[in-house]
Parts: sequence; C-alpha cells; structure tokens
Amino acid sequence: MKYGLNKNNWLSRAALGFAAVFAALGGTAAASTVGEVNIYSYRQEFLIRPFLDRFTKETGIHVNVVFAKKGILQRLKQEGRNTPADVVLTAGFSRLQALKDAGLLQRVDLATLNANVPARYRDPQGYWTGLTLRSRIIVYSKDRVAPGAIRRYEDLADPKWKGKICVRTGSHAYNRALVASIIAANGEAAAEQWARGLVANFARKPQGNDRAQAKAVYEGVCDIAVMNTYYFGKMKFNKKNPEQRAWAASLKILFPNQDGRGAHVNASGAGVVKYAKNRDNAVRLLEFLSDSHAQELYASRNYEYPVKAGVGWSDEVKSWGLFKADDLALVRIFELGPAAQRLIDRVGWR
Amino acid sequence: MAVTTGAQTLRPGKPRARVRFGSWDAATIVVAAIFAAPVLAVIGLAMAPAEDIWPHLIDTVLGGYIANTLIVMAGVGAGTLVTGVGTAWLVTMCQFPGRRIFEWALLVPLAVPGYVIAYTYTDLLEYAGPVQKALRVAFGWQSAQDYGFPDIRTIGGAVAMLTLVLYPYVYLLSRAAFLGQSICALEAGRTLGHGPWRSFWHIALPLARPAIAVGVALVLMETLNDFGVMDYFAVQTFTVGIYNTWLGMNSLPGAAQLSTVLLIFVLVLFGLEYAGRRGQRYHEATPRHQALPGYRLRGPRAAAAAIGCGLPVVFGFVVPAWVLGGYALRYWAVALERNFFTLVGNSVLLSAMAAGLALSIALFLSYGARLKGGAPIKAATRFAAIGYAVPGAVLAVGVVMALAWFDRAVDFLSMSLFGVSTGLIVSGTVVALLFAYVTRFLALAHGAVEAGMGRITPSMDDAARSLGASAAATLRRVHIPMIRGSALTAILLVFVDTMKELPMTLLLRPFNFDTLATFTYQYAGDEQLEEAALSALTIVIAGIGPVILLSLAIRRSHRVI
Repeated sequence: MKYGLNKNNWLSRAALGFAAVFAALGGTAAASTVGEVNIYSYRQEFLIRPFLDRFTKETGIHVNVVFAKKGILQRLKQEGRNTPADVVLTAGFSRLQALKDAGLLQRVDLATLNANVPARYRDPQGYWTGLTLRSRIIVYSKDRVAPGAIRRYEDLADPKWKGKICVRTGSHAYNRALVASIIAANGEAAAEQWARGLVANFARKPQGNDRAQAKAVYEGVCDIAVMNTYYFGKMKFNKKNPEQRAWAASLKILFPNQDGRGAHVNASGAGVVKYAKNRDNAVRLLEFLSDSHAQELYASRNYEYPVKAGVGWSDEVKSWGLFKADDLALVRIFELGPAAQRLIDRVGWR
Repeated sequence: MAVTTGAQTLRPGKPRARVRFGSWDAATIVVAAIFAAPVLAVIGLAMAPAEDIWPHLIDTVLGGYIANTLIVMAGVGAGTLVTGVGTAWLVTMCQFPGRRIFEWALLVPLAVPGYVIAYTYTDLLEYAGPVQKALRVAFGWQSAQDYGFPDIRTIGGAVAMLTLVLYPYVYLLSRAAFLGQSICALEAGRTLGHGPWRSFWHIALPLARPAIAVGVALVLMETLNDFGVMDYFAVQTFTVGIYNTWLGMNSLPGAAQLSTVLLIFVLVLFGLEYAGRRGQRYHEATPRHQALPGYRLRGPRAAAAAIGCGLPVVFGFVVPAWVLGGYALRYWAVALERNFFTLVGNSVLLSAMAAGLALSIALFLSYGARLKGGAPIKAATRFAAIGYAVPGAVLAVGVVMALAWFDRAVDFLSMSLFGVSTGLIVSGTVVALLFAYVTRFLALAHGAVEAGMGRITPSMDDAARSLGASAAATLRRVHIPMIRGSALTAILLVFVDTMKELPMTLLLRPFNFDTLATFTYQYAGDEQLEEAALSALTIVIAGIGPVILLSLAIRRSHRVI
C-alpha cells in the first residue's frame, strides 16, 4: 500500500497549496474607495493609457481598467446594480448604442460636454458621447492608379477595377458601418448592387486587418484598398517597424465623395454606467476626454480626428488634407447595422 | 465550493456492494451541475425570444459555415490522428536515435497558441516574407504574377496550423495508453508470431482506442471553437458565424442558438463514437507493467523514425519559436515596459491552480460515474465537460451569467437574513477566472482521467470493496495510484491550455489584471506580431518547463507501477 500513502501526501500537499494561493490572490480584488474611477473598455488599454495617466496626474483620481473585446455588455447587465464599473469606453459608437438600448447607461446632460461634442456625434438624449473621429478612406497605389481615376465609394464597384481591390472581411464593424452609410445614402437595393460589384472586383479573399490591405497594395497583390485613417498614420510614422513606412509611402490617400455627401466617418466614444458608484469622477473623466487637451493628444498620438471643433489637428493628420465628412447621424448607422450585416451575408463579402 | 461538496461525501462509509441512489450520486450530480451551469446558461439564452435569424442564415451563409467546419474538422482530425498515434507508437515501442528527446519534444507544440503559429507562418510564407523573397531572388521572378505560391491564408493553411499545435493531445493520450498496456498482451501477440506491424494494428491500437478517441475528441472540440486562426485566415466556420451573428446582427440569442446547435453536433459525434465501441471491453486483466522491450530500428528505418518524429516538432515549435525569437530580440524593449514578471507569475499561478482544480473535479466526477455507472450520472458527468466545444467568448457570457446568479442568490439571502448586501462576491475576481477555466477545460482533465480509469478492470474495485475498503478509500488507494500517469496528463493539458486562454480571461478578469495571453493580445490583436513576440515566446517557454517535467513524470509513473 505504499502507493496509497504516497498519493495521500501528494493530494494533501496540493490542497494546502491551493488554500495558500487563494489567500494570496484574494488580496488583488480591487477595493472601492473614494478617488477612483473604474472603466470597462472595448478599446485596447495601451491606446488610452496615456490619457488616463494624464487624467490621474491632473485630478488625483485613480483609474482602473478592464479591457475586453467581447461581452462587456453582458457582464454589465449581469452585474446589475452591483457593478463596479463607472464608465464604458468603446472603439466604435455602435456598442454604446447597444448599451443604451439595454438600459445600462445613464444620461449625462452636461454643458461642457455638449459644447465640446457636436450633436451628430453624440446620443440625442445624452446617454453616450463620441470622443474621436476617423474616416474610412480609399487608398491606392501611387504607381498603378492615376489620381482622380477613383473619387467615390461607389466607384469601387466599377468593373474596370476587376481583380484590383483589397478589403478586410465585410462583417467587420468598420465595413458594416460603411455599408450602413451607403444604405442610408442610396437605399438598400443600390447598396446591395454596389456591394456585389465590389465583391466581384476583389483581388483576393478578404483577410487580415486594414493594415494588411495596405501591405497588399505595396506588394502588388492589388491596387486599391479601404482603410481607417489612423492606420495610415500608424504605418507612416512607425518607429518600431520601419518596414511599414514603405507600405504607407507606396500609397495615396483619397477622401471619397467630396463632391457629394462626404467621406464616411466613425467615432470612438464613452458613456457613464447607469449604476456607477463614482459618478462624479466618471463625468469628470468624460469632460476631460472631450476637452481640448486630451483631444489634441488623441490626434497626435493615435492619428485620430478630435471631435471637438476648433482643436488643432496634429501635423501628420493635417498633412492628409481637409475633408468633408458625411454628416449622417451615428445613431442612424447603428440602426442600419443589422440590415447591413444581412446585405454583406447575401453578397458573400467574406 | 464544489470541492467541499465533494469532500464531505468522501468520508469512508460502510462497504456496500451495491448502493442505491446515495450521497456519491447526489454529490456527483451537484458538482456536474455547477460546472454545466455556464453551458446551460447559453442554452437558456438560446431559448430567449428573439428575432428569427435562421431564414436569413439558411439563405446566405449557413451552408458555407457547415461545409467549412466539416472540412476543417476532417482535415485536423485525420492529421492529428496520424501524427499523434504514429509518433506515440514510435517513441513508445521503438528504439531509435533521439527517442528520449522526442518523448517530451513532441509535446512542446502544445504550448504554442493557435493564433501565434498562424501569425508566424503568415509572416514567413506571405509575398513579402523571407521564403518568397528568397525564391524570387533565386529564380529572378519580378512579381506575384510570375509564379504560383500556395496561399497560407486558406482552409488548407488553417488545417495545417491547427494540426501542428493540436496533435500533441492525441500523442499524449495514445502514448499514455501504449505505456499503460500490459506487457502480457503484447507478449502473447509475439508468441503467436505477430511482428511489430501486426502487434500495432491488432493489439495495441484496438486496446488504445478509447484513449485515442478521447484525444481526437479534444482536438475536434478545440477545432470547432477556434476563432483566432479562422478569423486571421478568413475561413468562415461555424464559430466565426456565431460571432458574426452576435456582434454583426446584434443577436446574442441567435449566437446562443448557433452555439446550441454546435453542442448538439458534438454530443451526436460522441454518441456515435461511444456506440461504435459499445459491447467491447478495454480493461486489462493484469496490471503487470515493465519497461517495454522496444523494437530496435537500424539504418534507414531508424532515420525514417527520427525524421517522422522530428518534422512535427520542427514545424510546430522550432520554426515559430525561431521567428518569434528573432522579433523578440529586436523588440524586447516593448515587452519590458510592463512588469513582465507579474504577468508570468499571474499566468503560471492561475494555470497551476486551474489544473489542480480541474483534475480534482474530473477525478471526482469520473469516479462518481464509475461507482454507479447509471446512465443519467454518466450523461451528467459528460455534459459537465462539454464547455470545451463552445466558442470561448460565448462560454464567457455563460460564466458571467452563472456567477451573477450565484452572487445575486447570496446577496438576496444575506439581505433577507441579515439585512446586509454582499454585492458581488465572485464576479470580477480571480475566483471567477478559475471557475471559467475549469468549466472550459474540464473536458481535458475528464478525458484524460476517463481514459485512465477505463483501463482499470472493475474486478479491482470489487476486490478492494470486498476487502472492506470504502468507495473513497478505493479511489485513494487503488485508482489514483494506478492512473497517476493519466492524472499528470490531465494537469499538463489544463495547465498549458489555461496559459493560452484568451477570450474568457479578457472578459472575466479583475481590474488592472493581465496575464501573458492578454498582454500578447494587445499587440497581436492588431496583427503586430513583432511587438507581441516576446510575450508570445514567453507563453511558449513558460509552457515548456511543465511540459518536460510532467512528461518525465508520466514516464516514471509507468515505470514504478
């Protein structure tokens, strides 16, 4: 029976170890104290860290963050009134609208916020606000596409570009929003016809992120791609990975539909959680993020456009030129989202 | 809490040959229910009234999802079966140069996350990668139009990537089975004139079938729930469709319905395999084990064996580690911005705890099912382990719901009894993470333990019980020593998988809490492999240590007994 005795020790030692480790980890649960604000973030933490650090420095308010890509809405919903979260930050506004619809946000009707953020970039009832803007633009090869050959999103469906276009999968939030904006502008039937034309022009099966499309143009796999503006900045000034500068250098930027409705624009944003325990700090954070200083930082660090009018653009962003933005309300894009997804499924943009 | 419930019933009781529905059964069902709760929550979500998404899905994308999923499953299933069983047989039963190293080295690809290997091979094989560059220089090609080069971002590429990182499941389980096989059976085969091949096909392989089936089942479940590789390679599988429905059509109930279909599919698959070997017994009459003699291979055969075992290791580990290592050297500063050792500590600690917990619960459930063997209990224990087939982020939502239910119940009790609100007790804590890991990875531990228990003939139980040992004492003194190798296998699998786990960790973790996987994802999620390289490499390296140690322990465990 010597094995039995051995096993006994082995098991009981394991149990003891568990108990000790549990006790040690118990200490990491955040205690709610005055002077902090808790964020559930759909935005990558490293993108927003600089702003949060600045906020802490200016106000003394400590910031705690959980970043997750999926499921924050469900976590908030289940935690209910006991939730530790005060603020939700999102990379696209549609998540905010979904949070509002689920009754998880509260109204913040604040003069400063309303003054900072134009009405079309926030919720009409004040449940959420946009914080930064980016445009979904067309880029094309400097060498292989003549300037002016393409001017509008609609041109991407022109059969003359057959086998020339690279774009990420249609189900991605940014493409879905773009399709929604085209449905809003031209109607669903025309949008579907456009999407069919676009799919017929693909150089390859959609794959990778926006940056991967730029790389494909650089490599000669295709001539035209669609991407968000900040990706261009991130490639052009990439210090860590200089190879990406060459990708950006091979491209020209085009803000589409400048003679018409303007280029499609998407927003990142934030809202205050309905059951926020640190509501004052949460509101303060929103004010801070929408005010000139943070807005300038956004533009220079992340190559996004400030949402606040009159805030200077960074030199890089400025170098892409002024452009006319589609003034379609973000809420409308959200409403058309499911219709856009269906359309994308129908035309096989995948 | 689950463990305590079990421990209470582990008190030695009176020896009884046949018990009616007793405390073991009750405890088994309770524990199984606790860990099935998240899956049940997902099924509950599927029942919620919602817009009917099916007509649209059937008209457009569903056929593609199903076809792609079946192709990937068939490819990965076949690939891992051949690679895993073949290499396991070679290192267990043959002697050739390097065998001692291959024994553990063949496990190492297990530590490489699927999305990481997909990134590294894309980097190597795409147009601007070193391989195509070298080819262009060598042959004087100018552009992509001048030559054909297979695209890695395809369904075939996805099959290759998953096969490379998943075959160790099959290898591990079938090797444990080969090692555990009684020498008598093989000796009897030899007396009857069986050569090595016939021994393999007619004795070792059939005897190892339950273990191999468990290994392949684990591989298929992991293949089904994979999102990282499929998303990156843009292969539209069922799981990708679940996420599109959830996030694209804003329909979580729809996504839950699709997940439920996935679960039913998995259950049917298991049912078929189980029915296929019903009536056959794989117990062995004698536990007589000793170092297997091994067929001594020479010359070209030895070389072929070494190459056969070397290829999976080279492609599954050496190449990705080499690519990552190159980047890590150039971009190490990025990774060191944070307190790197905290990340390592968090990952290792959580993984070790999850592994220990999963093993304890798997032991408890398997033994509970073995004791009575009633169909309802067997079904309950199997169902508890099915969380592995659900896409991670969907299961995470199920976990959130289960934990919130627990928190609310405690809160309500405390309010009504003492007038004190307890708020959130487990939600958003490390306990929530551990619960999630066990829910997800119980299948790994349960599969390994089942495979081990299945080899112990019931007459052992009967002998122990007739000598007066209680059920608990029999488990402790007979079963656990005999399945030590399988138990270590369970620990190894859960540990390594927890190290790599991402979607549940992201959603369920406490504030300001990072693991190596979440840290890697910061950059890898943006397809910036270079900046993620060091932490990705660390996941792999942190996984290798335990892999080697446990592999040695598994070998030793079989030698002792």
